Order: sequence, then C-alpha cells, then structure tokens
Amino acid sequence: MSETRTTPPTGTPASSKVADRPHGGLGDTLRLWWDALARPTQWLVGSPFIVFIALLPVLNLPVLTTVGTNFGAVMAQFGMYALIAIGLNVVVGQAGLLDLGYVGFYAVGAYTVAILTSPSSPWNQTGDGGWLSRDWAWLAALPIAVAITAMSGLILGSPTLRLRGDYLAIVTLGFGEIVRLLADNLDEVTGGGRGLSQVAYPRIGISEENTNGVFSAGASSGTLNSGVWWYWLSIVLILITLVAVGNLERSRVGRSWVAIREDEDAAEIMGVPTFRFKLWAFVIGASIGGVSGALYAGQVQFVNPTNFNVINSVLFLCAVVLGGQGNKLGVILGAFLIVYLPNFFLGRTELLGIPINGTEIAEFRYLFFGIALMVLMVFRPQGLIPVRQKLLAYGREIYLAARRTARKDAA
Amino acid sequence: MTVAYGRIEALHGISLTVEEGELVTLIGANGAGKTTTMRAISGVHPLARGSIIFDGQDVTRMKPHLRVHAGIIQAPEGRGVFAGMTVMENLEMGCFARTFKTKAEHDETVERVFTFFPRLAERRTQVGGTMSGGEQQMLAIGRALMARPRLLLLDEPSMGLAPMIIQQIFRIISEINKQGTTVLLVEQNAQQALSRSDRAYVLETGTVVRTGPGKTLLADPAIKDAYLGVA
Repeated sequence: MSETRTTPPTGTPASSKVADRPHGGLGDTLRLWWDALARPTQWLVGSPFIVFIALLPVLNLPVLTTVGTNFGAVMAQFGMYALIAIGLNVVVGQAGLLDLGYVGFYAVGAYTVAILTSPSSPWNQTGDGGWLSRDWAWLAALPIAVAITAMSGLILGSPTLRLRGDYLAIVTLGFGEIVRLLADNLDEVTGGGRGLSQVAYPRIGISEENTNGVFSAGASSGTLNSGVWWYWLSIVLILITLVAVGNLERSRVGRSWVAIREDEDAAEIMGVPTFRFKLWAFVIGASIGGVSGALYAGQVQFVNPTNFNVINSVLFLCAVVLGGQGNKLGVILGAFLIVYLPNFFLGRTELLGIPINGTEIAEFRYLFFGIALMVLMVFRPQGLIPVRQKLLAYGREIYLAARRTARKDAA
Repeated sequence: MTVAYGRIEALHGISLTVEEGELVTLIGANGAGKTTTMRAISGVHPLARGSIIFDGQDVTRMKPHLRVHAGIIQAPEGRGVFAGMTVMENLEMGCFARTFKTKAEHDETVERVFTFFPRLAERRTQVGGTMSGGEQQMLAIGRALMARPRLLLLDEPSMGLAPMIIQQIFRIISEINKQGTTVLLVEQNAQQALSRSDRAYVLETGTVVRTGPGKTLLADPAIKDAYLGVA
C-alpha cells in the first residue's frame, strides 16, 4: 500500500497544453477538442458544418452525387433513416434493449398520417367535413402520429419490457411483423396490399412551375426539387431531436439508461426503477420512429405494407451498429452509409476508370452490408464512431498527471 | 418468510431479526439460500409467503427502488460494479435513488467512503471493469454507502478474494458497523464473519438450523466441523 500517489487532475483536459499530450488518434484529438469547447462555441463551430451538410444536394459535388437516382431524393431518404437511427439508438445504444421490430413504429407513424389524410382511407379528414385543412394536413397530422406511435411504444413496452435480452428481441421482432400484417389485412382501413395513396404533404412555396408547392412529389426536376425540401425539413427535425435526446442523456434519465445497459440487476439494487426507465426509452425511441414514418408518408405520398418489411428493421439496426451504438453522430453516419452506398452504385458503369455494373452491385447490397458488418465486428466491434472511450480518455489524463508530478520532482 | 423460484421453494419459512446497530451474519453452504434471502430482502425476488418488516413498516410488497429509498441498500454478490463507468461515476450511481439535499452533504459522504477505502480515492477516474477483484468489492461497498444505508446488505464480500484483502474488507465492515450502520452479512468465510458479528444464523437447505451470538457459534463443535474445516 505504499505506491506513489498520483493526484487525479482537477482541470479540464483543455487546460493541459497540447504539447503535453501523448500521441492519440485523430478521433480522440477531435473529441477532446470538441468536449472542451463551451456550448455556444460548439453551436458556432457546428453551424457552418450543418449548413454544408444541408447544402450537399444543392452543391451536388461530382464526387458525391448519384447517377442512377436524384441526389436530393437520396438525401431525403438519408434524413429519414438518420431520424430512425437516432430513435433506435436511444433504445439499443443508450438503454441496451435489443429491438428487432423498430420498423413497426415507423409503420405506425406513416400509417397514422396516411389514414388521416389519404382520400382512399375511410377516416380521411382532409375532404369535405374533415377537420384537417388540405394545405396544413400533414403538419397537423405529425403530432398526432407522434402521439400514436408513443402510445404503441407504451402498449408494446408495458408487457414485454419485463423480458430481457433474447426474449425481448424475439417479442419485438413479432411486433414488427404484426404491424405489417395488420396493415396488409385490415383492408377497410389501410387499403390492404393496395396501400393508401395521395397522402397529404405541406403545400407551401406554390409557384407556376410547382403548382402543388415545393414538397409535392411532382416537383422532381431541377436542383431544388422536392427531395431537397424534404431533406431540409428532416434536418430541422433531426436537430430538434438531437437537442432533446442530448439533454435527456445528460439527465437522470440518461444516467439510469447507462446503468441499465451496464448491469440491470445492479441498477435495480441501486434504486433505479428499471422498468419505468426502460419504458421511457421505448416510448421516446418509438415517437422518433413515428416522426420518421410521418416524413416518409408525406414524401412518398403513398404507403403500403411491403415498405415495412422486417428486413428494414435489420437495416435500421445495421445503421446503428455500423455507426457506433450509443453515439448520436456515429449512428447518423451509419444511416448515411446504409442509404447512400447502394444509391451511389446504382446506374454507375465505371468507378475510377474501372468498368463496373453498378446496378448489380446495388442489388446485392444486403450481401455487402453483411460482409461489411462481419469485417467491422472483427476489427472494430464498437462501430465506426464509437461512444466516448472512457478508458482511453481517462487513461491519458492519469498518464499526464503522473508525468507532470514526475517532472516536478525532477525539477 | 418463504421464497420460491417458480415451483421450487428455496427458503422454507425462515425467520430473521436484525436489531438496529447490529452486525448479523448469515452463514451456510452453497445452495443453502443465503443469496435468495438477500434478494428477497432487497426486493429483487418476491416472497411466496410471509412478510418483511423494516423499521415498523411492512415492506413485503414494496418495489426494490422504494426499499432503497427507505434505506435498505445491497452490495450484490459477484460485486455488480458498473464495468464501463469510472469509480466516481459508480459512486454517483449509488446515490441515484437517495439524492443529496446539499452539495456539502454529498462531498462529505464521498469523503467518508474515501476514508474507508483510500484505494478508491486513488483510482477515482479508473474504469470499474479494469480494477482488481478486491478493488471492485471495495467499490461495491462504497457505492452502497453512498446511499447512506440504514440497513446494509452485503452478499459474500469475500468471494474470490485473497486472504489479505479479505482481512482488510472485514475490518472495514466492522468499522462501518461501529459507526452506526446496521449490517446483514452473508458469508461462506465463517471464521472471519462469525468472529466479527454480534449474532449469526446458520442456514441449511432453506431453513435456519442454528442461531446465537457469533462467538458462541464459532466455538460450537458442530459449526466448526461443518463450516470451519477443522475436524
């Protein structure tokens, strides 16, 4: 018990000089630099970056653009997937609950909007005698969709969150399928396999060129097509969600999620009402999925059951795992890769001078994602941008403190 | 109280009393029902029959987190330290349910934990999962202390530890008890546990077979034979 006492550092990492820092990876350096910034400075630095990301489809950089499909539409899809990834990340990454039926919430969100606003639905509220105005129906249906998905999360969660691990995964997998099968078989309400068409969308920016406004699927030409507008709308929703989820993470709720993820028994013994907080994670995750579903229904203006296949749940989970469970930035990157890569290859006949059959590569995307996941799990199981590496970060601080004291002793 | 796992009864109507300020030990062989008793008291496992009275209040049907609120705090078997959290974060989790009213009170409790376990103070930024078994045990007890227990449940704190460390841990447990915390201790290391406890219960396949002051049981030839390994 006579080891030299290394006083833990009291200052922030930023207070120590950069030259004092032992060599770390680029990611760690960036993370340390970012964490040391004050909140307003973070916004100041982050905003141009966000603007740049938002302007990507307008800039349409030749290196990034997609040949087979419209780049704006691809980015709009990325926006939805990013939202889904953030929502699923709350459930899987934060609270550590494996949810294989997340597509169910996405479907509930999309179908809520469709049932309320599609003329082919019996409960359509946009026609004569409906309580939704035609122009604002989508926006009005959005909070309703969120509320209903949150409720479905509560209904699914209350009985099933008493289960753990594999059992929970199986039950949620079942939920995803149940939602899809219901949509397929409740012909009178959901239109069955035919689906619901002419779903409402925000009718703004009406001009001679775009008689139905910029969000209409008809506005498909030019750089500023409807995809870009939907992409921008999703960015706004993503930012709101990120701020909300970020605040939750730093709160008591977030701490209890981490505790449950780490060791549920220990968390319970520490006095964390585990069931309640797991339910919270489920409901919050579900509502974010609902927002994304509403976006989908509005953009495509059409929903049918095949879009909510179980394979989508796996794809969503893939985005979260690929990007880095628990890291919001990571899962957004994961969502981008999942959406962008197949579209990048679509219609491409050559890459870096090598002739390829891009469409075929895009068709084999599940194969490639499978291989990519396996490679990733072997070499980087924590994902591309992993959650804060405490071991590394703190290990370095301790190392630094030890070096400082040693230097002081030598002087 | 009677506790069952499904249809298998693990405890067949045992009765325990722990007076305020006491250090009571529960000894017994593997599978005697020691851990089950602990889980029943902390509320993680429901009772099949019987009742638990804490401080004059019936807590039999109370949820685990509310029992923590009431002051029944457990340091679980196998330590159950949050492996990915640092020592400090682990300690903070300890007072999750019983938050401090003032910052000063919080710092005071942290200081108290660090006085008991100076090693934790040295390692406060280390990640729980990378510490040695003894340090993790210290952290588990320290974390439980952060909730300012009125009844501290310790489940096999000596499990898998070196004799030197066991000595040290038991000394600290005695000290915690002397400073006024009631302790219910479950142990296989009967020698250490009995010599330090006020009273003890001996569990055998779900029933209490013997009870009495620790020192008396220590001298009991039957106990010696069964648990102390001296013929």
